Amino acid sequence: MIIPFGHALAFAAALFVLGLTCVLLRRQIIMILIGVEIMLNAASLVFIAASAYWQQVDGQVFVILLMAITAAEVAVALAMVVYLWRRKRTLVADEFNGMHG
Amino acid sequence: MLAATLLCITRRNPVHAVIYLVTAFFALALMFYLLGAPLVAAWEVVVYAGAIMVLFLFIIMMLGLAPQEVPEGPGWQRWGPLVLLSSSMMACTLLLIFQDPLASKEIGDFYLAPQALGEALFSRYALAVEIVSFQLLFAAIGAYILGRPLPKGDN
Repeated sequence: MIIPFGHALAFAAALFVLGLTCVLLRRQIIMILIGVEIMLNAASLVFIAASAYWQQVDGQVFVILLMAITAAEVAVALAMVVYLWRRKRTLVADEFNGMHG
Repeated sequence: MLAATLLCITRRNPVHAVIYLVTAFFALALMFYLLGAPLVAAWEVVVYAGAIMVLFLFIIMMLGLAPQEVPEGPGWQRWGPLVLLSSSMMACTLLLIFQDPLASKEIGDFYLAPQALGEALFSRYALAVEIVSFQLLFAAIGAYILGRPLPKGDN
């Protein structure tokens, strides 16, 4: 693909900012997790673009490791979501103020 | 693809958000393929759009989440700082990217066969693969522990 490297980086930055917006804006824990997923995808886009730019294999290897780690993170996070739902019957992040922070 | 992501983060109904996110992941997989990473593109579809999003969808439907999130207070009070932070971060990032002379160089043609990727993954990064596999195991154990029935009177 013949595009300037900066365009790929700018696209990834836009994606990352969208994910960050999702994390900051939404109240449900599920939507916060989805925002984290979007940010991780932006990071993997940067890895792939850099891998193609320098013609090296390492970026793609890191993206695959990132996917595996994301799968682990999502499994634990969704288990926690189910746990919190059973405790409090809500998933709005503001409700979990049991430590009165 | 940005449109799909934007739709995703603005939906009130989590199910719609997940569906839009699957669309965004397909578009991202296409970009990966065009950037010379066919194996990663295939895994993006299989792992992200297939497994992880189905997991999200399963949890949302199992818990029966209703669209909620009633905004409190005036709209600008919630949106103002957020829009300010996001746009300033975006502007700073774009400034940093495009003042670098590296940014105007073009990405050449690049195609990495899955075979070369596998060789690198299992020779140079074999230790990382092992560590990640252990992490997956620990995540499975952790999910099991969190999923056990609550003890009596622990509410």
